[in-house]
Amino acid sequence: MTRRRHVTTTVNGDPAEFLCEPGTTLLDAIRDELGLTGSKEGCGSGDCGACSIMLDGRLVCSCLVLAVEAEGRRIETIEGMAEGGELHPLQRKFLEHGALQCGFCTPGLLVAAKALLETNPDPSESETRYWLAGNLCRCTGYDKVIRAVLDAAAELRQARIPA
Amino acid sequence: MSEVIERPGERPGAHGARPDLKVVGTRPVRPDGADKVTGRALYGADLSLPGMLVGKVARSPHAHARIVSIDTRRARALPGVKAIVTSADFPDLASEEYEAGESASNLRDLSMNVMARDKALYHGHAVAAVAAVSASVAEEAIDLLEIVYEPLPHVTDVELAMASDAPVLHEHLFTGGLETRPDKPSNIAKRNAIVRGDLAAGFAQAEVVVESRYVTAATHQGYIEPHACVANWAPDGQCQVWASSQGQFMVRTYCAKVLGLEASNIRVTPAEIGGGFGGKTTVYLEPLALALSRQCGAPVKMVMSREEVFRATGPTSASVMEVKLGALKDGTIVAADVVLKYQAGAFPGSPVGAGSMTALACYDVPNFSIVGYDVITNTPKVAAYRAPGAPISAFAVESAIDELALKLGMDPIALREKNAVRDGMKAAYGPTYRNIGYVETLEAIRSHPHYAQPLGPNQGRGVAVGFWFNVGGESTATVNVNEDGSAVVATGNPDIGGSRASMAMMAAEVLGLPVEKVRPIVADTASIGFSMLTGGSRTTFATGMAVTQAAQKVVEDLRGRAALLWDVPIDQVEWIGGAAVCLDASKAKGELTLAALAAQSARTGGPIGAQVSLTAQGAGPGFGAHICDVEVDPETGHVTILRYTAAQDVGRAIHPDYVEGQVQGGVAQGVGWALNEEYIFDGAGEMENPGFLDYRCPVASDLPMIDAILVEVPNPRHPFGAKGVGEVPIVPPLAAVANAVRRAIGKRMTSLPMSPPKILAAIEETEGA
Repeated sequence: MTRRRHVTTTVNGDPAEFLCEPGTTLLDAIRDELGLTGSKEGCGSGDCGACSIMLDGRLVCSCLVLAVEAEGRRIETIEGMAEGGELHPLQRKFLEHGALQCGFCTPGLLVAAKALLETNPDPSESETRYWLAGNLCRCTGYDKVIRAVLDAAAELRQARIPA
Repeated sequence: MSEVIERPGERPGAHGARPDLKVVGTRPVRPDGADKVTGRALYGADLSLPGMLVGKVARSPHAHARIVSIDTRRARALPGVKAIVTSADFPDLASEEYEAGESASNLRDLSMNVMARDKALYHGHAVAAVAAVSASVAEEAIDLLEIVYEPLPHVTDVELAMASDAPVLHEHLFTGGLETRPDKPSNIAKRNAIVRGDLAAGFAQAEVVVESRYVTAATHQGYIEPHACVANWAPDGQCQVWASSQGQFMVRTYCAKVLGLEASNIRVTPAEIGGGFGGKTTVYLEPLALALSRQCGAPVKMVMSREEVFRATGPTSASVMEVKLGALKDGTIVAADVVLKYQAGAFPGSPVGAGSMTALACYDVPNFSIVGYDVITNTPKVAAYRAPGAPISAFAVESAIDELALKLGMDPIALREKNAVRDGMKAAYGPTYRNIGYVETLEAIRSHPHYAQPLGPNQGRGVAVGFWFNVGGESTATVNVNEDGSAVVATGNPDIGGSRASMAMMAAEVLGLPVEKVRPIVADTASIGFSMLTGGSRTTFATGMAVTQAAQKVVEDLRGRAALLWDVPIDQVEWIGGAAVCLDASKAKGELTLAALAAQSARTGGPIGAQVSLTAQGAGPGFGAHICDVEVDPETGHVTILRYTAAQDVGRAIHPDYVEGQVQGGVAQGVGWALNEEYIFDGAGEMENPGFLDYRCPVASDLPMIDAILVEVPNPRHPFGAKGVGEVPIVPPLAAVANAVRRAIGKRMTSLPMSPPKILAAIEETEGA
């Protein structure tokens, strides 16, 4: 058996360590070594986006990153999106709009949508559709997903206006 | 935006508008929502047990081959390998039909699909499975298996497989459904026919005739979650399985049959399911994981890769179809001749029967013949896919209807309305229609602003309709009242698209509780009575009926307890707004709420709860009518969907968000089927595009908003009027898109998918002509 490597990283703000084989994907390490199973594998080839995470503030498919590449870097997953007991506005809007059916793609969609709104707080429908084109959803036809993201964007913009 | 059309007053009695409903028809947050937006929900691959091993499958590299020998010695010698199974570890079952979902399965075929016996019948067919301490060791062991194959000639194409000189997959298979038994085995498993009237006389009467041949490619359900399970076989023979599927009882039954066990020795716990669309109505990994666990005495987890999902599960049939329609000049259809050839894959059982029965279900035609062929090929055995068989035949028939409209110079909605089935008419597939909402859906799209919106150059508008039976069947539900006055609803149906919400809402409606006070759960096979799987658009209808009746039994019980406390006859107690009210004011004033009664349950008869098990009948058939606008790029042949509107009779929407979601999702899958998705095989019978990059499901930027119009013609057989919803919406889109393309480019596309090269060739052919 291959000797396992030791990786030190930050996950959702907390220090974290794990052991992995050199060929282990970051997705497998997050799920199997760190026990954070909210990130999903739908394809293993970077085509479905169900494994979307933030790595040093950049949106990536964690199935396309090697676990050893996470050394010294900052990982954010779906498990870190709600703050304390309070859902992020995107999570709340997904629920209010019924923007999920089976829910399997939802963590990846939420992580990707959050990255969009951090880059572009006022996206058009078209910009939202193209940004989320890397996240496959087979259940919803995207209609309610897009509405939820646009609604969350509006709420977040409103929150930024000083009273 | 989506809208709900109600037609109060049009239907007599209690089945019109229901202003009395407080919960049904509203849009609360789903009870499992928080788990699903925070990553806490546990799907098939998310469970881990102590000491768990990883199982992997060895798959055939040939489309058709005799398995001469499998030598496992070198693989077994690899450190970390704990178990290896082949077909020798499974009983050789007799041929037996078993009804366990949307369609019957032959148990021998099921067993041989799970693990090849004697012959591998498609590229990717399982031939052995390994359990090891890690995925990498299991994969190494698979490479060390010495499997000797004798490759055989193969066939993947439907019509080539029907030819008399085709390589035959099953030497014992003789075409069924013929008047005389053929003397040679064949890949045509069955011929079925539905006829009415006098076809020749009908065509003799016709003033206008259209005729064409249509072809569709195999497509996959494309659920984003690959198949996954964990199995644990204990030394006392008691087995547990945690699996993502559309039915925990289906998994239990099939595992028991394939392994030769008593079902009572297997307990199946449903994981959250990451999409199914019919594709998770059978087993692939679960019997293998159990057999591996039996051999090594440890729990075994198995998860498919996306490539395995494409190569060895699903898909639905490729097809070749011929449709000929005859009509009078006023648009009256007088004759229809339909021939359907559906690919079954490696074992009999394509959905050609349902494709035949649905083909003319929207039309009142006096003379017709529908003939279907179930065709075996060296491709994965097809699995149910959302309204199995119906979108395929609807593509052909609805394209032909559109050609007829063009030839007659008639509006396509008016042509459909002229020939529409209505209440009291006999359906082409047999029964008499009651309480259907078909013409209402046609009216809904005709009067929608979309239908009047002007079109630009290279743009076209297509209309198509669709039908699905919807089913009822066996379901169980329990409703238990907690001591704090809340309730738990348990059912045996996996929640694939929001059914926990609709179950909680129906129970809350009957109990008079706010929906937040009702917690729905999906129970394992040892904790709830038998329930057929989540499929056939049955759950809200059939399981919803069980939930409603169980809640009604609880209300009866609560009234009885209030009567006891007040010392009045039960008929003096009514249940109003979640509380017992005494009609005899001299005996009792005020009310006894559910919470008050729950708190006193110990002295009124003990815990409060009820179970109902039933076989639901009277699932109302569903109809949909769609409008699609496209723009075709004449330079590239690329099709952009500009606008899409889908009207559907849903009976009554329990939770309209999730009903609209079903409609929108079905449309999206249908658009993918129409434009992009297809299985592509190379000359050796290997699928060339087994990944989401090359098997192109629609992404967000491929689609516009999809307007869902919910037409509500209630189903009197359901307590709230619900009809099945999930399958109808995938039936019309294939033809709706094709009809829009036809009107945009002036040329009929008869082969799916309408990929850019095909459309470009059609445009160039038109220009050259």
